[in-house]
Amino acid sequence: MAAVLVLVEHAEGTVKKVTLELLTAARRLGDPVAVVVGTPGSAAPLVDKLGEYGATTVVTAESDDVATHLVTPAVAVLASLVASEAPAAVLLASSGEGKEIAARLSIRTRSGILTDAVGLEADGTATQSIFGGAVTVRSRVRTGTPIVTLRPNSVTPEAAPTQATTRSVDVTLDDAGRAATVLERVVEKKGSRPALADASIVVSGGRGLGSGDNFTLVEGLADSLGGAVGASRAATDAGWYPHQNQVGQTGVTVSPQLYVAVGISGAIQHRAGMQTSKTIIAVNKDPEAPIFELADFGVVGDLFQVVPQLTEEVGKRRS
Amino acid sequence: MNIVVLVKQVPDTWAERKLSESDSTLDRESVDAVMNEIDEYAVEEALRLKEAHGGEVTVLTMGPEKATETIRKALSMGADKALHVSDPALHGSCAVQTAETLAAALRTVPHDLVVLGSESTDARLSVMAAMLSEALGLPQLSGARKVEVDGSTVTIERQTDTGFDRVQGSTPAVVSVVEKINEPRYPSFKGIMAAKKKPVTTMTVADLGLDPGTVGLANATSEVVEQTPRPPRQAGQIVKDEGDGGAKIAEFLAAQKLL
Ligand SMILES: Cc1cc2nc3c(=O)[nH]c(=O)nc-3n(C[C@H](O)[C@H](O)[C@H](O)COP(=O)(O)OP(=O)(O)OC[C@H]3O[C@@H](n4cnc5c(N)ncnc54)[C@H](O)[C@@H]3O)c2cc1C
Ligand SMILES: Nc1ncnc2c1ncn2[C@@H]1O[C@H](COP(=O)(O)O)[C@@H](O)[C@H]1O
Repeated sequence: MAAVLVLVEHAEGTVKKVTLELLTAARRLGDPVAVVVGTPGSAAPLVDKLGEYGATTVVTAESDDVATHLVTPAVAVLASLVASEAPAAVLLASSGEGKEIAARLSIRTRSGILTDAVGLEADGTATQSIFGGAVTVRSRVRTGTPIVTLRPNSVTPEAAPTQATTRSVDVTLDDAGRAATVLERVVEKKGSRPALADASIVVSGGRGLGSGDNFTLVEGLADSLGGAVGASRAATDAGWYPHQNQVGQTGVTVSPQLYVAVGISGAIQHRAGMQTSKTIIAVNKDPEAPIFELADFGVVGDLFQVVPQLTEEVGKRRS
Repeated sequence: MNIVVLVKQVPDTWAERKLSESDSTLDRESVDAVMNEIDEYAVEEALRLKEAHGGEVTVLTMGPEKATETIRKALSMGADKALHVSDPALHGSCAVQTAETLAAALRTVPHDLVVLGSESTDARLSVMAAMLSEALGLPQLSGARKVEVDGSTVTIERQTDTGFDRVQGSTPAVVSVVEKINEPRYPSFKGIMAAKKKPVTTMTVADLGLDPGTVGLANATSEVVEQTPRPPRQAGQIVKDEGDGGAKIAEFLAAQKLL
C-alpha cells in the first residue's frame, strides 16, 4: 500500500487533535506515515499516540532550525519524503502554517493543492465548501502528489492501534529556506481555553454584547461548555476582544461540532468563517437577523437574559 | 525602494457568487467585481512604505481585461504604474499556475518588496505569499500586522493564534498583510484623474516566456469534478424567549448529545 504522509501538529509534547483526524482520513488512502518536524527532543513523547491512531511509521525530523525558521523546515522534510516514498498523498491541517507549508511544497514538487477540505475520499477526491458555504465542490489533484489540507473537525478521529516504527531524517535547509528568521515569539494572551481554530465547541460574541466587559458572559458560557471564545469583527474592531479571536473571512475559520453565536447578526463575512459548523445556535434579539437562517436552534431574545440562564443550565447538567 | 503590490479582482462578497455551469471556473460575468478587500490594505501599506522610504509602487495583477478597473483603483490610491498579465490562455488557472505566472511577471520588474494580501475572498486559499516566496527563493514574511523597513532589513509582526512572531528577512522579500495593519485611504478626486494617465503595461503568456502547455484550465494541477449549490440548510427551530430561552437551548443541546 502506498504511503500517505501526515504532517503532525504538536505543541508541548502533545499531538493536536487535528492530527488524529488526519491519520484517520489517511487510512482510507493508504499507509499513514506520520511526519514530526520539531526541535530536538520534541518527537519522542508523540510516538505512542501516533501509533494508537494508525501511523505505521513515524518519521522524526528534529533540528534547532525549527525554532528559528517558520514553514521551510517542514517543506524541506516533506519534499525529500515525497521524492523517496512516492506517497499517494500528503495531508496537512488547514491551519495558517499548514496551508503555507502545503503551498510551498506544491511549488517545489509541482503538485496540485487542495486547501480547506471538509471531506476526503479514498481516491483522494476532496470536498470543499466555497463562497462562504454557498457552494460545495468535489475536487481532485491532477498533477504530481496530491497535497490536501483538511479543516479541523471534518473527520471523527478513530483509534486503530499499531506498533509504529520510528525513523529519523535530517532537516536540510538551503539558503532560501533560511531567508526569513524568527527573532522572537510573543505571547499576548495565554489562557486555559482550547485554541479557537480546532476547538470542537466555539462560543462567539458580537456587537450585541455592548462592551468588552460583557464578554465575561461569553467566556462563562464557553467555559461551562469547555469551548473556545470567538468574536465578530465588530467586537474585535471595537477593542472588546483580541483580534486573534475573530471568526470570519479575515479571521479564523472554524468548523466545530457546536457554534454558539451571541449578539451576532451573521454578516456574510462572519458566516464565511463558521458556516461549516455542525450545529449552530444563535441568540439575537432581532428575529430578522440573518444568523437565524443558519441556526439549528435560535432564541429571539435578550442575550443578557438568555446567556446567563444557559450557562447555569449547562453547569447543572454537567455536574 | 521599489515595491510591487499584488491586487486581484474578485466578485463582490456581498453578491451571490457561483461557478460557471460549463467549466466550474469562477463565474465573473454574473456579479459585480471589486478589488479583493485585503488588497486595499496591501496597496495602502505599499504607499506608506514608499512615502517613508522613496521609490516606486508598481501594481501587478493577473486577470481578465475587466481587471483594469481594479488596477485603476490602485493607481488612483497613489500607485505609480501597473503591469497587467492578461491572456485568454490563463483562464481557469489553478493556484500553482497563478503563482508561476505571477513569479514570471515579477522577474520582469525590479523589486525590493513584493506586497500582497493574506487571502483572496473568492479562492480563500491564503497560499500566494508562500508560493511566491518559494518560486522566487525570497524570504517569506507573511501574515504581517506591522512592517518595518530599515535599509535592506525588513521586520514584520506576524499574527499568530496567541500573539505574534517577529520575523525578519532582507530585501528583496515577500510581505503579505492582514487587515489589522492599517486603514486604507480613499482615492481622492485628484488621484482618480491622475490615474487615467498612469502607464499600464499589458503582458501575455508569450511575453512572459511561459510555456502555453503549462497554463490555463486544461493544464491545471487540480480540477473541480463536481459542484453543488448548498443544500438548503434544514430550517432550524427558532423560538421567542419567554423567560426560558436559555433552558430551551440546554434542552436542545442535551437532545443532540452535545451536553
Ligand atoms: C473586508 C471585510 C472583512 C470582514 N471580515 C469579517 C470577519 O472576518 N469576521 C466578522 O465577524 N466580520 C467581518 N466583517 C464585518 C461584517 O461585515 C460585519 O460588519 C460584522 O460581522 C458584524 O458584527 P456583529 O454581528 O457583531 O455586529 P452587528 O451586525 O451590529 O450585529 C449585532 C447583533 O446583535 C444583536 N443584539 C444587540 N443587542 C442584543 C441583545 N441585548 N441581545 C441579543 N442580541 C442583541 C443585534 O440584533 C444584531 O443582530 C468584514 C467586513 C469586511 C468589509
Ligand atoms: N491573479 C492574481 N493577481 C494578482 N494578485 C493575486 C492574484 N491571486 C492572488 N493574488 C494576491 O495573493 C493574495 C492572496 O491570495 P490567495 O492566496 O489566492 O488567497 C491576494 O490578496 C492578492 O494580493
